[in-house]
Amino acid sequence: MRIDKPAQLTKLRKELVAVEKKHTKKIMICCGPGCLANGAAKIVEEFRKVLKKKHIRGFKIEALKETGCHGFCERGPLVIIEPRGTFYTKVKPKDVEEIINESIRKDETVERLLYDDPSNGHKIERYNDIPFYSHQQRIALRNLGHIDQYKIEDYIVADGYNALVKALTKMKPDEIIAEVTTSGLRGRGGAGFSTGRKWATCAKAEDTPHYVICNGDEGDPGAFMDRSIMEGDPHSVLEGMIIAAYAVGAHEGYIYVREEYPLAIENLKLAIHQATEYGFLGENILGSGFSLTLNVSRGGGAFVCGESSALMKSVAGEVGEPRAKYVRSVLKGFHDKPTVLNNVETYANIPVIIDKGGEWFAGIGTPGSSGTKAFSLVGKVRNTGLIEVPMGTKLREIIYDIGGGILDNRPFKAVQTGGPSGGCLPEEKLDLPVDFDTLTEAYSMMGSGGMIVMDDHTCVVDLAKYFLAFLVEESCGKCVPCREGLFQLHAMVKKISEGQGIEEDIEKMEKLSDVIIKSSLCGLGKSGPNPFLSTVRYFRDEYLAHIRDKKCPAKVCRELIRFDIIADKCDGCTACLSACAFDAITGKKNEVHVIDQDKCTKCGACEAVCTRNAIEVS
Amino acid sequence: MNHDIGKLPEILERYPQEPQSLIAVLQDIQKEYNFLPCDALKHTADYLDVPLSKVFSVSTFYNAFSLNPKGDRVIRVCMGTTCHIRGAAQILEQLEKKLNIRAGETTPDLKYTLEVVNCVGACAMAPVVIVNDKYYGSVKVSGTKKLLKGG
Repeated sequence: MRIDKPAQLTKLRKELVAVEKKHTKKIMICCGPGCLANGAAKIVEEFRKVLKKKHIRGFKIEALKETGCHGFCERGPLVIIEPRGTFYTKVKPKDVEEIINESIRKDETVERLLYDDPSNGHKIERYNDIPFYSHQQRIALRNLGHIDQYKIEDYIVADGYNALVKALTKMKPDEIIAEVTTSGLRGRGGAGFSTGRKWATCAKAEDTPHYVICNGDEGDPGAFMDRSIMEGDPHSVLEGMIIAAYAVGAHEGYIYVREEYPLAIENLKLAIHQATEYGFLGENILGSGFSLTLNVSRGGGAFVCGESSALMKSVAGEVGEPRAKYVRSVLKGFHDKPTVLNNVETYANIPVIIDKGGEWFAGIGTPGSSGTKAFSLVGKVRNTGLIEVPMGTKLREIIYDIGGGILDNRPFKAVQTGGPSGGCLPEEKLDLPVDFDTLTEAYSMMGSGGMIVMDDHTCVVDLAKYFLAFLVEESCGKCVPCREGLFQLHAMVKKISEGQGIEEDIEKMEKLSDVIIKSSLCGLGKSGPNPFLSTVRYFRDEYLAHIRDKKCPAKVCRELIRFDIIADKCDGCTACLSACAFDAITGKKNEVHVIDQDKCTKCGACEAVCTRNAIEVS
Repeated sequence: MNHDIGKLPEILERYPQEPQSLIAVLQDIQKEYNFLPCDALKHTADYLDVPLSKVFSVSTFYNAFSLNPKGDRVIRVCMGTTCHIRGAAQILEQLEKKLNIRAGETTPDLKYTLEVVNCVGACAMAPVVIVNDKYYGSVKVSGTKKLLKGG
């Protein structure tokens, strides 16, 4: 059905809402990245099978929804029964029949699958009452977990494409840009540039045609916000892009998605197809005379393609090498034409801003950073998952109130924000409000929203080495400071991690970092030394321990540690012997085992399997 | 070595005959054959009117492409930050030892290819290993045997 007039959409929405209301109960199965990795597909299959077998009066199969990421990945696979909001965790196929019997046939709950609060052991039935959810405010992630990710109709029921109607029929392009400017929205991809200003520059550019591009190349390791939005609520991205295209006068657009996200590519393509059928994309959208085609462009697995000028090269089918930015891509971008490039989360915010107004959005968050921000909260934190909080929320609230504190009650050591280009913040920075400017002032950055929590078992030298190795591998090689400078920086960190460093090295590395930052061509190089600089700033002692004492305090750097079996604790169970892939452990059953230091690679496999804590790392 | 590239015309027809289609075409060839056969690259260059040198440079720039055949089972160890701090390096080491190849290599019998990937966005389940397209979450150093056998 094609919609040519706004009134038709209103009528359609009424009909769809009426259908939805008939479902007295709905089963929402989370099919986000975490739950899928944990077997959600099998849960969906089992629900379909059991529901088909047992005909339940009043329950239609349409009330079974495969949703995007609900957020609480740690407890997945998740099944939620609406409208009560009953929250079932770690569901297995064998639990499905019981859930149907108790929650769908009757109004009971399956107690053992409910969330249990680790602080007091109490069961909590509804997700809204769980601290992980109650401290959040969701705008960009508004529909995730609440609508079926494959159905445009569900998006329409959730007021989807309302903002598009308003924009196309009641607003002029410059009014839209003014609204976005008023909202204070800053780019969610990392740099935090004003979205309204970017759009205004593009709209005014005389050269034609204009393009809109969505950056879905979420390359920062440890970040999956954009993946979750593209998979779970693709229409929110499309709606934001269509509004942007109308505002800046573009008729062609691309969504660039990294190839590691096959489901995001599939769901976006499906969403484009659906939106075209309804007339939200294509010729003469909603009878307004405005036309737009959108295409999905798959990336090729290169981190540097998250950089705007490299990304545009890649969309054009070329090698993704960045260029110098004295001419901005908003004026000379894709095919050297004016181009608006925004990130997935930025676009997902647009429909809400148009719907509720820029003033409303500007009222959330801090004066310099309005609205909310989605984060993937991961690492050594108890509640890993996808979250969204108002800008200005303190790191401590995120890690302790939402995240539930550190895994196994270990001490907090640092939180890494901003991906490889960001930095590590230590405990004394935990009361910092999270927004673009405070994070930058603390020598880290917002980045796209990966937040990786670390405990005392993480070595910052090892971490800096890891990020630098990543950047050396991903540097495109075009400019010398990045290609050679990062290579040297990595070599020196590696030397320190092996206990071969000298104190002057740190000074040399700081100088080298300065050169790389000042002279690299693009953001990858300019921020490349950050993993080293931020760790050495806050954890200089740990670097010195590696250099002076030849010790790794976190017991991670292999050249500086050794594994031994404590004879008093070993009961000769042979578990470590079988786990060792390098034949470094010897010993008979029921007798004390011994590690051959010459063969030991310090991989830690023995420590992981020992149930008696008999492996000592020193 | 010559490879049967019979499906190539069909792949080429999926996209507009213009240089911009290059990456998409190469991705489909990679998917079909598990690598980029030399003959297929030559045909693609002619068809899209792109110099062969440029096709080669794109083929070697992006991690998604491989100029050598891959094994039946492609094992990808996620090396994202979260996986790293939760022990991905040890898992990779075990797999390298068991398969007797390094990351990026294929066993001589073409059964296994071992690769590393920079984060697949399933960080909550870290460490993650992907075998062909199947995800394995919270992988333990002691559980690598299972990954090789499948199931």
